[in-house]
Amino acid sequence: MMTNPGNRLTQGQFSFLPDLTDTQITAQIKYALSRGMAISVEYTDDPHPRNTYWEMFGMPMFDLRDPAGILMEINNCRKSFPNHYIRVMAFDSTQGWETPRMSFIVNRPKKEPGFGLVRQEVEGRRIQYTIHSYATDKPESDRY
Amino acid sequence: MATQTVKGKERYKSGVIPYKQMGYWDPDYAPKDTDIITLFRITPQPGVDPDEAAAAVAGESSTATWTVVWTDRLTACDLYRAKAFRVDPVPNTGAGTKTEPQYFAYIAYDIDLFEPGSIANLTASIIGNVFGFKAVKALRLEDMRIPVAYLKTFQGPATGIVVERERLDKFGRPLLGATTKPKLGLSGRNYGRVVYEALKGGLDFVKDDENINSQPFMHWRDRFLYCIDAVNRASAATGEVKGHYLNVTAGTMEDMYERADFAKALGSVIVMIDLVIGYTAIQSMAKWARKNDMILHLHRAGNSTYSRQKNHGMNFRVICKWMRMAGVDHIHAGTVVGKLEGDPLMIKGFYDTLRESRTPQSLENGLFFDQDWASLNKVMPVASGGIHAGQMHQLIHYLGEDVILQFGGGTIGHPMGIQAGATANRVALEAMILARNEGRDYFKEGPQILEAAAKTCTPLKAALETWKDISFNYESTDTADFVPTATPSA
Repeated sequence: MMTNPGNRLTQGQFSFLPDLTDTQITAQIKYALSRGMAISVEYTDDPHPRNTYWEMFGMPMFDLRDPAGILMEINNCRKSFPNHYIRVMAFDSTQGWETPRMSFIVNRPKKEPGFGLVRQEVEGRRIQYTIHSYATDKPESDRY
Repeated sequence: MATQTVKGKERYKSGVIPYKQMGYWDPDYAPKDTDIITLFRITPQPGVDPDEAAAAVAGESSTATWTVVWTDRLTACDLYRAKAFRVDPVPNTGAGTKTEPQYFAYIAYDIDLFEPGSIANLTASIIGNVFGFKAVKALRLEDMRIPVAYLKTFQGPATGIVVERERLDKFGRPLLGATTKPKLGLSGRNYGRVVYEALKGGLDFVKDDENINSQPFMHWRDRFLYCIDAVNRASAATGEVKGHYLNVTAGTMEDMYERADFAKALGSVIVMIDLVIGYTAIQSMAKWARKNDMILHLHRAGNSTYSRQKNHGMNFRVICKWMRMAGVDHIHAGTVVGKLEGDPLMIKGFYDTLRESRTPQSLENGLFFDQDWASLNKVMPVASGGIHAGQMHQLIHYLGEDVILQFGGGTIGHPMGIQAGATANRVALEAMILARNEGRDYFKEGPQILEAAAKTCTPLKAALETWKDISFNYESTDTADFVPTATPSA
């Protein structure tokens, strides 16, 4: 189990708050849509802090502007992957940004095993660090 | 006194003629798109005509010396002369006020007066000799319009807000930091403890202070080794990318490169420098940072020696411009509500200068020119100094989401410890961003939003209790000269 405050992975905008309700998620979706962003749903069973590419649950929803429809996609993803990490991202295509502008977690595994720190002692007093995701000790799709 | 520019043979007769007549005053001059334009606040010596003072500033910051020289005629001197083209009295100065008369002087410089890609060269002209010039009692560089053609000769921020966020995997909220305290005296081992606790508790970054370099109580390698252990431990404990700004400021460039290379070898995501290392050293470190995938944090140590007083020195917005060109990724730019100088309108001008692709003229924010930033990366402003969780709604209201909020005392001074302090700040931040995105009037309802979040977060409750009455309401010294006036409706 993770030992940080909250005992959970703290990536994303709202991991220090109680899990968001569907109403709260809808409000965030509305905010993103009102700023012209496209929403995407992504999931993973390897939440390593430098695992950039979570799996896409379909493409970013560039043309879907209905919050209820987007929430439905989120819930479809939750049904398909109830024990994965799922995040909602919002992409901004404005010149000078062209990058995600929002990212928050909407689903987590029941038990979050967290990460170990592997220290390799090298020359002098230096240590080379590797952050090891305990979940990845098991094969893909067999992790939670 | 004659005001016409003297021309031809008469102009180059040995002797002294007023700057105005030497060609440094040209009210009909229409600045070119490629000109660099400066705005100076001039307090002329008693009896000195303001136009002449402006012409003198133009002259001394470009080609002139005190007397006529015939060697001007060997050059395209009309082009190289800077031209004062507009002088306006500063509102609320002069007769009937408590302040002696001041003037805004607009001066245009041809782009060929400056070396491409060199802040040192630019500043050697613009703030070189001229500030000690006797004909002006006081002089302040208020703003500059940098042409796109000149901006394109600069690298700009090594990383920029967009790439920094992508590398850190942190979007849609301000980043959180803290400066290790006490800033002097901790051993490497004890110092790293503060870093670990704060990062594990929920901060994104911890920071060396400006004067932590390599002192008898803690040499730099010890600090780097312990801090990186703390960063990695915290990253493993939370699953987030974490960082510590390792200050590589040193006595020589060679030492700075050595320290920066060591930080890189240890896997640090960020290094830091102080403004006092100088413009050239900053540009060198920015190039190093771009080459080595490193975020570059700048602490503005020393700036208030010349940026705070209104009549002399230079406005901080000019430093913001130069630092965006020089290529830093972070710069401390004020908090509005904290313990250090900062008028909200002025600070908006600084933040816009650092973050926007284009800043239109806005006199109330102290921006005198339209400025196109020519696709230079955006700089992340840092708000630091006397801020705490109870001000979260104000901080987000004034500073937006692309900012680093640094709660030093507000984290480390928490009654339940450093981790709790960090958690309080993070919970306050996330609750406020959530409320803002939900469309709530978070500025007004801020205290209630924080109270509600504190119901499920004891550390936040304790933080609000400890610092509830702390505010720093002093009058700013650097304020706008122009106030927006409401247009009476018919």
